[in-house]
Amino acid sequence: MSSLVKKYIMAISGFVLSAFVFVHMIGNLQVFMPPSAINDYAYFLHHMLPWEVLWGFRFTLLAAVVLHVWTAIQLKIENAAARPQSYQVNASVVATPAARYMAFSGMIMLAFIVFHILHYTVRSTHPEFKMFMTMNDDGEKMFDAYAMMIYGFSSEFWYVSAFYIISMASLALHLSHGVSSMFQSLGLRNELWRYRLNAFAAFYGIVLFIGFSSIPAAVLISEKTGVQLLQTKPVLEGVKSWDKKSPIITNYENCLSCCPSSGKVTK
Amino acid sequence: MNLDAKIPEGPIASKWTNHRFKLKLVNPANKRKYNIIVVGSGLAGGAAAASLAEMGYNVSCFCYQDSPRRAHSIAAQGGINAAKNYQNDGDSVQRLFYDTIKGGDYRAREANVYRLAEVSASIIDQCVAQGVPFAREYGGMLDNRSFGGSQVSRTFYARGQTGQQLLLGVYAQLSRQIGLGQVKMYNRHEMLDLVLVNGHAKGIIARNMVTGEVKRFAADCVVLATGGYGNVFFLSTNAQGCNVTAAYRAYKRGAGFANPCYTQIHPTCIPVHGEQQSKLTLMSESLRNDGRIWVPKDKAVAEKIRKGQMEPSAVAEDARDYFLERKYPSFGNLAPRDISSRSAKEVCDEGRGVANTGLGVFLDFRDAIQRLGEDVVRERYGNLFDMYQCITGHNPYKTPMMIYPAVHYTMGGLWVDYNLESNIPGLFVGGEANFSDHGANRLGASALMQGLSDGYFVLPYTVSDYLARQGVSAAGKVKADAPEFIAVEKEVKDRIKQFMTIKGTKSPRQYHQQVGKIVWEFCGMARSKAGLEKAIVDIQALRADFWKNLRITGEAEGLNQELERAGRVADFLEFGELMCRDALMREESCGGHFRVEHQSEANDPEVKSGLIAPGEAKRDDSKFAFVGVWEYKGDNVPPQLNKEPLVYESVKLSTRSYT
Amino acid sequence: MNIHLKVWRQKQKGDSGKLVSYDVETDEGSSFLEMLDILNEQLVAKGEDSVSFDHDCREGICGMCSLSINGIPHGPDGATTVCQLHMRRFKDGDTLVVEPWRSRAFPVVKDLVVDRGAFDRIIQAGGFITSRTGSAVEANVHPIPKPIADYAMDAASCIGCGACVAACPNSSAMLFTAAKVSHMNSLPQGKAEKDKRTLAMVDRMDAEGFGNCTNYGECQGVCPKEIKLDVIAQLNRDYAVAKTKKFLGAAI
Repeated sequence: MSSLVKKYIMAISGFVLSAFVFVHMIGNLQVFMPPSAINDYAYFLHHMLPWEVLWGFRFTLLAAVVLHVWTAIQLKIENAAARPQSYQVNASVVATPAARYMAFSGMIMLAFIVFHILHYTVRSTHPEFKMFMTMNDDGEKMFDAYAMMIYGFSSEFWYVSAFYIISMASLALHLSHGVSSMFQSLGLRNELWRYRLNAFAAFYGIVLFIGFSSIPAAVLISEKTGVQLLQTKPVLEGVKSWDKKSPIITNYENCLSCCPSSGKVTK
Repeated sequence: MNLDAKIPEGPIASKWTNHRFKLKLVNPANKRKYNIIVVGSGLAGGAAAASLAEMGYNVSCFCYQDSPRRAHSIAAQGGINAAKNYQNDGDSVQRLFYDTIKGGDYRAREANVYRLAEVSASIIDQCVAQGVPFAREYGGMLDNRSFGGSQVSRTFYARGQTGQQLLLGVYAQLSRQIGLGQVKMYNRHEMLDLVLVNGHAKGIIARNMVTGEVKRFAADCVVLATGGYGNVFFLSTNAQGCNVTAAYRAYKRGAGFANPCYTQIHPTCIPVHGEQQSKLTLMSESLRNDGRIWVPKDKAVAEKIRKGQMEPSAVAEDARDYFLERKYPSFGNLAPRDISSRSAKEVCDEGRGVANTGLGVFLDFRDAIQRLGEDVVRERYGNLFDMYQCITGHNPYKTPMMIYPAVHYTMGGLWVDYNLESNIPGLFVGGEANFSDHGANRLGASALMQGLSDGYFVLPYTVSDYLARQGVSAAGKVKADAPEFIAVEKEVKDRIKQFMTIKGTKSPRQYHQQVGKIVWEFCGMARSKAGLEKAIVDIQALRADFWKNLRITGEAEGLNQELERAGRVADFLEFGELMCRDALMREESCGGHFRVEHQSEANDPEVKSGLIAPGEAKRDDSKFAFVGVWEYKGDNVPPQLNKEPLVYESVKLSTRSYT
Repeated sequence: MNIHLKVWRQKQKGDSGKLVSYDVETDEGSSFLEMLDILNEQLVAKGEDSVSFDHDCREGICGMCSLSINGIPHGPDGATTVCQLHMRRFKDGDTLVVEPWRSRAFPVVKDLVVDRGAFDRIIQAGGFITSRTGSAVEANVHPIPKPIADYAMDAASCIGCGACVAACPNSSAMLFTAAKVSHMNSLPQGKAEKDKRTLAMVDRMDAEGFGNCTNYGECQGVCPKEIKLDVIAQLNRDYAVAKTKKFLGAAI
């Protein structure tokens, strides 16, 4: 496969993934709305969407990850082979740290993706996750994604939050090069747009970092301080008093005064 | 020595057409039976190799650089002339022809020059078709600029990199043929001798500069396009590797060397800065379109500037001497190169020079920047200004540039007839390596024209004619294991062994520097009988010293840049003497050859009538209207002078006046 | 001024080399290569093998000089070849590490000299506009808008020095290849062979063992002729078009 085709694969799969993370972030930010919002959203994704669409998305994402990672590995091997004798003194003139540490940030994210899927999709890291249940307006039983997020990022699992935030920083770094780079790889960039896209890519990375990291940050703030950005208390109390058998059903408070979201009462 | 120029009969405008019809052709199916060696991959050599290969011949092309794209044609900045008359300013083939003959101070062969002017338009067509990105106007048509020595705008250019772009065009065509297997390219190979079989040039001996291996290469004919010998001066605008070896070896095998004393000193180079300097950098003559050349009228002011006690911009307008504008009002700063250079030398000799050495004059863009704005000036000359600043550390937008003449081009070269064939049958010579088109002085933007004319539009026809005359039965018959090859190879190897075994104390570079100093001092911008005689003696002494005290470190088997230079310097040490002999013989001043004994004086009729100023080159057409062709007679035996008379049928010889 | 040099010495291709230290006394007006000339004179005077390095025109246009100074091809100044780099750029007592271009596709021949034949072969594969001598039409038949002519000229100003490869952490030759592709593909004369040229040159580039372009931009940073990444974008674009056309077959 020619070196340019590899570039196209990296660019197109990168485009799919970077667009996905943005949509994912928007979905996640619903956590700042009443708990039902994100739970309904999760229910929509899992049960309302035709399975072909859901699995179509999942397959596309998986394919993008596999192609992106596999091609990256190939590139890394070939590029290392292209300079068997390295310089005694290395210097960099214009390449940004983001560009130079793409592989490093990429590896962190790969590790993260694996953990993240086990964490929230397969839910194998915490047995509790499968027990978080709630009802929707129609009275159907469904997973309580809101509670999973709160519990997952609670201070008990501080290392998870730390890893999550580090990974989001890697993501931001990765995308601050990648988002502009993919336009270059597809030949859709020139001198003028290089500056613009570089700026956009940096902005995009920062937005994603803030967007994603705000959730574990908000969990910790809510748990440890009086500022109740999220309803951590009922979730954590629910877990504490769990009998290890029955579903954990959290009774969210209706606290218009302290939460940015107003709870179920709005319905 | 047979110096039949083979100038075709008939009126000058139809000579080349008639001649081409008379040239013999090789049947297309037979072309692949012939092998041709082309030495040099610049404009002339590369173009010839590519064109001959396109025709179907098997070509072997040699260059000493690591790629044919690096030949020194690449460094030409200003442009290439062509009689297209796109500017509607009265240009024509006849006018380009006349300007070139006059610019050459009536020492070029008329028929060759006419042909050069005639094919000039085709060169531009050819280059554009290859994708040479010449400068264009907003309407999309080709742009032109004017150049020294002419009053029409006929120079095509690609920013300040015209030579580069033309060479890359040639290189692309050559590369295509290499890719097709029609040209076998030998990079990093240096030709060290010519092999003659039955009096015909049939091959070369070359050294692989990477492995050190000396090898024999046989062919049906040999084309030399090995450039000029400006590096005999050590400091010149030539590339470091430029050398006379190929041409000089051919001379030692019997080829006539014509007009070696005709060297061009370019007026717009960056002044010398110190002892360790290795080369001089030329800035395009096109700078003279908008820059004004001056020195202070007063010696004391010049001295202050030299010592850094006064800013050049502080010199009042009426205290400046715009000497070219003063002496040559109609051409002004665009006077021909030899005249501009000598004028600069004169004012410096008077003590009015600037630069810390006193060897420099100002080239000032103050007025151009006021008139056109800095942006326009940057658009036109930006890269040259950057280069100047990079080398000198001064910003020419703020303070005037300083320039001084430097050796730039050598008009002399191996003697060739109208077919560009030397007096050795089968040895063709193109580009700067031959002597034919520029007489005693070359006009700006004509070197590129000549190189490409020779390579694209002359050699392919005339080489074919030679091969056809040899007959297809002779094609490819000469083999590199013939005794003639073995013998010459042995000589080459012995010479290398000799270099290696002297084991003296002085590096080849030191000798190069020394011979350069002698030649520059006595055979440079101004030459005298006494000086030249001294130079000959000095060079002989230096040569003797060279063969006694040379030291080459490293080994002959493998890359050895000391050894490479030693071979070239050894030839310069002989060739420098030949130059001086030629300059001594030519008891006149013409073009780039200025003999102090022969200059216009106040009571000469031309000076009195105001046609020329005193102190200008004074030709002697009655005695020296000939090509001086030197014939090698043996080591330490004076060479013999042969003469090819220059007969002018179409132009009348007159005093060159640019006032 | 006194300069401490650490110069890569390697006897021949395939040998292992090492950095050797030298002290050189030079002055600020000298070019970097003139400083090396002085070093070589010192070495010859001591009877040692001089340092081999490629150089020719010494005015920044032939593309022969090829030294990496303290890890930066052509040294610390932007838009300069090493032959144009002057010692006034450095300070008295500076230590400078001088190495050859390093890339599998540019094997070291000796000391600081490398073999850049791979570049020639890329051009031979398709870096030309086929136009047989004598077959050209009148030069002004095809008007070329000035911006396009200027763009082609920008791309064509490549000197083939190989600094782009030397600087690229991947040893990619994309800037070199793309400059030639962009120059020729954007001119009307070059359109006929556009797709063929693009595919052939990239194939050759890959086969020569250069690395892959990952858009670091180092090449642009060291290019003595300031060739922009735009040309790489154009190559990416032209290659995608050519490859797609090839995939779809002759009908397109």
